[in-house]
Amino acid sequence: MSENSVNSGRRNFLIGATSLVGAAGVVGVAVPFVGSWNPSAKALAAGAPIKVDIGKLKPGEMLGPIPAWRDKPIFVVKRSEEMLSILESKDDRLADPHSERPMQPEYAKNDGRSIKPDVLVLVGLCTHLGCSPKYYPVVQPEQFDENWIGGFFCPCHGSKFDLAGRVYKGVPAPSNLEVPPHFYESESVVVIGEDGGTA
Amino acid sequence: MSAIQQSFKNVMDWVDARLPVTETYEKHMSKYYAPKNFNFWYFFGVLATVVLVNQLLTGIWLTMSYVPTADGAFASIEYIMRDVEYGWMLRYMHSTGASAFFLVVYLHMFRALAYGSYQKPRELIWILGMVIFIALMAEGFFGYLLPWGNMSFWAGQVIVSLAGAIPVVGEDLAVWVRGDFNISGITLNRFFALHVVLIPLVLIVLVFLHILALHEVGSNNPDGVDIKKNLDEDGKPVDGIPFHPHYTIGHDLPAIVGFLFLFSIVMFYFPDGGGYLIEAPNYEPANPLKTPDLIAPVWYYTPFYSMLRAATFPLFGLDAKFWGLVVMAGAIALPIVLPWLDKSPVKSMRYKGWASRIFLTVFIIAFFILGYLGTQHPTAGRTLVAQICTGIYFGYFLLMPWYTSVEKTRPVPERVTMR
Repeated sequence: MSENSVNSGRRNFLIGATSLVGAAGVVGVAVPFVGSWNPSAKALAAGAPIKVDIGKLKPGEMLGPIPAWRDKPIFVVKRSEEMLSILESKDDRLADPHSERPMQPEYAKNDGRSIKPDVLVLVGLCTHLGCSPKYYPVVQPEQFDENWIGGFFCPCHGSKFDLAGRVYKGVPAPSNLEVPPHFYESESVVVIGEDGGTA
Repeated sequence: MSAIQQSFKNVMDWVDARLPVTETYEKHMSKYYAPKNFNFWYFFGVLATVVLVNQLLTGIWLTMSYVPTADGAFASIEYIMRDVEYGWMLRYMHSTGASAFFLVVYLHMFRALAYGSYQKPRELIWILGMVIFIALMAEGFFGYLLPWGNMSFWAGQVIVSLAGAIPVVGEDLAVWVRGDFNISGITLNRFFALHVVLIPLVLIVLVFLHILALHEVGSNNPDGVDIKKNLDEDGKPVDGIPFHPHYTIGHDLPAIVGFLFLFSIVMFYFPDGGGYLIEAPNYEPANPLKTPDLIAPVWYYTPFYSMLRAATFPLFGLDAKFWGLVVMAGAIALPIVLPWLDKSPVKSMRYKGWASRIFLTVFIIAFFILGYLGTQHPTAGRTLVAQICTGIYFGYFLLMPWYTSVEKTRPVPERVTMR
């Protein structure tokens, strides 16, 4: 082998080995850059559970979206007898009437999607793209639905939900509104953000 | 040669031996031959560059008074508007500039569609241009959160939630992008960094490459005739004229003056653009508990926003929400492969057949309708229209290999025409 000849096998091996080590280095150094985008310790701490007093809530009224859990609006609705009877009628326009999708804790997987039949606790963000739906409790023809039976309507993209936060068919939202983990500390105080002892 | 000229030449010789200044100037300016038949549609490349400079300058000046925190952002905008000398003007130059940027870029893209400027050998110019367009959309989106008005907040909420539509990893991805469980000051701070540092750097590099690729192959023209086919005895294109001074002074300068005139009218007299350039809910601070009655993006995103909303039914076991994301991302990404969809032997609409002309016209009309629908509340009827227009949008691209290969084209002249 002359002095100027190229050992292409060795050259390819060296190029390959150098590239591999370099690529491993790039992946390694990407870790802190990607990791720094995760919620910081401060952001995680701010997501602690909240307590809401529902003692003064009258039937048919919604508390909220004043309370916020993890900066998300929370809806607390005390449903009236009339509202509950509408829920029982099982509108066949609902996409997931039996809450098959895991959008609620196990203890809220029932017809009213709640622990107490009359008190509904929801994360007030549309499961489509996160707008906050508006509460339209009255049974009357609405601009967006002539056979409106009460519930929530999202102004952004027109998704509709009933008074248990169950989504209608044919709207962009894919699933029912989320029921956050919650439990009753006393008769009138609900803790939102934690399963508590009732789970 | 006078003594002054001689010393100038000496200096330039010294520099040129070390840095190719004269060579670069000649290649890109005084000896860059552009077709002599440029028309109105050839204003918008240079106008986009003018707006880019405007955005960079006013943007840098705005950062000097802006505070990128949840507590301080909204108040700092009011501070800029009321207390900083000429702050209102710098901000309106920036906000009007954002809309102007998209306006000239859309017209620039239309020119490319009409005259086949994406066809061989200009595929890379087109692809770089599309990447610039996508980077520009990202830049506009990140910037829109910064005033921390209520529309800023909820528009950011909607778009970041899009990531949540991706199966399995979506929700975690959205949390990662926000750095929080919901849009917060943390999100604002990182969007600020992306808006003022990362994306502008990327944009400048892309624009540089876009122009470099253009000057490598030369500009197309309204006839789509290759001017390099007809050279004079010196090897210069007979239908080409030096970019400088003919186009810089004779074509672009009047265009820039006219553009700045119109720009000033909007900036001084209609800075809100009737709610289309700066939306009314943005005069209210961000409120995570209250969605505005109508969330509509700024006008330049509305066609794509309409397509996002047009997906209302699940398919193949995947949610409508996911398909909305796919449709919108597809609508933005599909034009990238345009150079390989057009099978026509001719470039310009002047010589293409009726099918191409009709498809382009209907495509533009559908794009306008989608743009309008994106500013309105969705109703069943409007959603249906949006779905039809979305079909037309995709049809224009996906059917192109068919209609451009079967239609009868007209003969292309040997030389460019001056009409």
